[in-house]
Amino acid sequence: MTANAILVPETDPAVIHRDQGRYCCAGRWTLDGGIETLDAQRQGVNWGSGALQLDGSGIRAIDTTGALQLLNLIAALERDGRRVQLTGLRAEHQALLDLVRERRATAGEARPAPPAWNGLERLGRWFSRHLSHGIEFLAFIGEAATALGRLALHPGRFRWRALLGNIETAGVHALPIIALLSFMIGVVIAYQGGQQLKIYGANIFIVELVALTLLRELAPLITAIIVAGRTGSSYTAQIGTMRITEEVDALHTIGIRPMDLLVLPKLLALIIVLPLLTVFADLFSVFGGMVVARAFLEVSFTDFLDRFAQVVTLTSFLLGVGKAPVFAAIIALVGCYQGFRVRGGADSVGRHTTISVVQAIFLVIAANALFSVILGGVGLWR
Amino acid sequence: MSIRVQNIVKRFGNFVALDDVTLDFPQGQLVGLLGPSGCGKTTLLRIIAGLESADGGQVFLDGEDASTAHVRERQVGFVFQHYALFRHMTVFDNIAFGLRVKPRKQRPNAETLRRRVHELLELVQMDSLATRYPNQLSGGQRQRVALARALAVEPRVLLLDEPFGALDAKVRKELRRWLRQLHETLHITSIFVTHDQEEALEVSDQVVLMNHGRVEQIGAPAQVYEQPATPFVYGFLGAVNLFHGRVHDNQLHVGADRLPLADNGFPADAEALGFVRPHELEIDPDPLGKEGITARVARVLALGATARVELTGANGQSVRHYEVELPRERAAALQLSVGQSVRLKSARIRLFAPEPQPAGRTLLPEGSLIGVDGEGI
Repeated sequence: MTANAILVPETDPAVIHRDQGRYCCAGRWTLDGGIETLDAQRQGVNWGSGALQLDGSGIRAIDTTGALQLLNLIAALERDGRRVQLTGLRAEHQALLDLVRERRATAGEARPAPPAWNGLERLGRWFSRHLSHGIEFLAFIGEAATALGRLALHPGRFRWRALLGNIETAGVHALPIIALLSFMIGVVIAYQGGQQLKIYGANIFIVELVALTLLRELAPLITAIIVAGRTGSSYTAQIGTMRITEEVDALHTIGIRPMDLLVLPKLLALIIVLPLLTVFADLFSVFGGMVVARAFLEVSFTDFLDRFAQVVTLTSFLLGVGKAPVFAAIIALVGCYQGFRVRGGADSVGRHTTISVVQAIFLVIAANALFSVILGGVGLWR
Repeated sequence: MSIRVQNIVKRFGNFVALDDVTLDFPQGQLVGLLGPSGCGKTTLLRIIAGLESADGGQVFLDGEDASTAHVRERQVGFVFQHYALFRHMTVFDNIAFGLRVKPRKQRPNAETLRRRVHELLELVQMDSLATRYPNQLSGGQRQRVALARALAVEPRVLLLDEPFGALDAKVRKELRRWLRQLHETLHITSIFVTHDQEEALEVSDQVVLMNHGRVEQIGAPAQVYEQPATPFVYGFLGAVNLFHGRVHDNQLHVGADRLPLADNGFPADAEALGFVRPHELEIDPDPLGKEGITARVARVLALGATARVELTGANGQSVRHYEVELPRERAAALQLSVGQSVRLKSARIRLFAPEPQPAGRTLLPEGSLIGVDGEGI
């Protein structure tokens, strides 16, 4: 081969042709040898039927792509019911062909697709996932409790300013919305209940209805739900963002426990604030009931308050307000925990914020139900 | 403080981030951990800091096993890629924060604290911006504040996780030089992670090259650049031309072409990979010569003092590209024109035996490769 032959572009493309009853492959069966035309060439040849011999002695060069094409050609012919015998291939070409055939077989063998999850397996996976989250959450609560214990031993290290800041944003700023919403709840309860009482002329019992429903159940619950949506979510978002920007890691490296700096002030602030907000919600919801009672049920403010003082015991009020710190702890812990679970990017913050609100509200309602059962059991719920 | 990591293993699910890594970081040195993304370098740094726990192996700080010690007890300064400054605090407060939260006995009084913070601000050349908030600073300034914050707690080690990764090229270069100067003044043991080979070679005393959770080579910058131990290192530290052929009679046979070789320890007829940097390749304009790889000129780029010639291989079956870097005068003397046939030669070919690659591993980092010359069959 002269040097010139190397430099001049090869003009010896891959061909298949029929020559006196023999089928011949010739030329350069390589990527730059025009093998992409082989499919069209195959269509143009009259292959007859039955057994045929394919003569590969004319192939001057072959690479893996060419070998694959050759295998495909044979496979296509055999698919149409012919028997193909390949002859005359050079030993080194045959070796490559064998290699490609062997490797292609292994590469083409797809692993059997995993069977679709059935209902039971899905349930099992769901359960084990949630169980592990539950255990993690318990560990987080434990960590928060030890942090509280440390705080009790060294109160001097507490970040009072962070506590006050949290009280302001979680409490003071929430007053208008809580006032408005609890007032509306009071109006609705009094109006719906009043419609029934009116039929029997038992208008004055609106006081019991409004006072007990709202003070014991609805005001604490509504307040907790609003706070979970307002404050719990912001806790998750704040801690989650700090995780993504690696600020949480930075706290570790300069010797600060994120638990002390980020969780405790939030937890304590909410435990202080939520009972106060509940009292505030009590006031406005009962006031909403009073307005409805006067407007539709001919119960004046004076009558309402007189009866209120008679029927509402201190216990009812305290039971409602007493639930609030528990709800507060649930909201703060769930919010912070979900914040620390944020990994990766900004989408994770959004996802965990949603999870945090849903879980907090779920747990608050579940805890409320538990309170009803327990307090009913010990007879406080008369 | 010296650091030693021993047989560190870390997995994330099925992915092996660190595969039995043992390394020594000597006292007072600035060591660059270099590798492509996903090679485990950041994970290793976080394990040394204690921000991540290893699945196996130990971390020794000053000869003491610190594997179970918490981050707070390890006294490390950590600089993050995205600064991780506290957004609601001024520059001064950010730096002072680590000192203010110390237990009362170790806490400096207000006057000492103020002086110390200002010293640090001067060190990082940020004294005039003490009252600014992080979002009022440029990226380079933020990273300096982050460094001052890390130094404030008097760390025994300084760990930097791609500290200049988020900055633009010009600021990067400036900060690189500045970091080196800072290291000369402080001499604190530092480890610094980067995927930028230029950065690692310029700043570090020692470079550790990592790939797929393993250490590929350790050495001084000049040493790893001049004598790469593996094909991966060769490819990662700069552009390469790769010739795949067989060694025969002190020649590398690539298809029908031959490249003369210096002495090599390769057995006759062994398969070999020849690596040549662009500036080590020469162009012989005579296409009829007996030696060298035949190629056609595809493009000539004359920029500054050097000219870059891109060539397309004319040997064998698959399409290949080569790159040659040569002085501008030499390029002019050769009078290369596009489409011209030439031969490529080199007096400095580095041979490696092709090793069977386990599935999922790549021989060379992506993008480093200019040309692969297959054996003609």
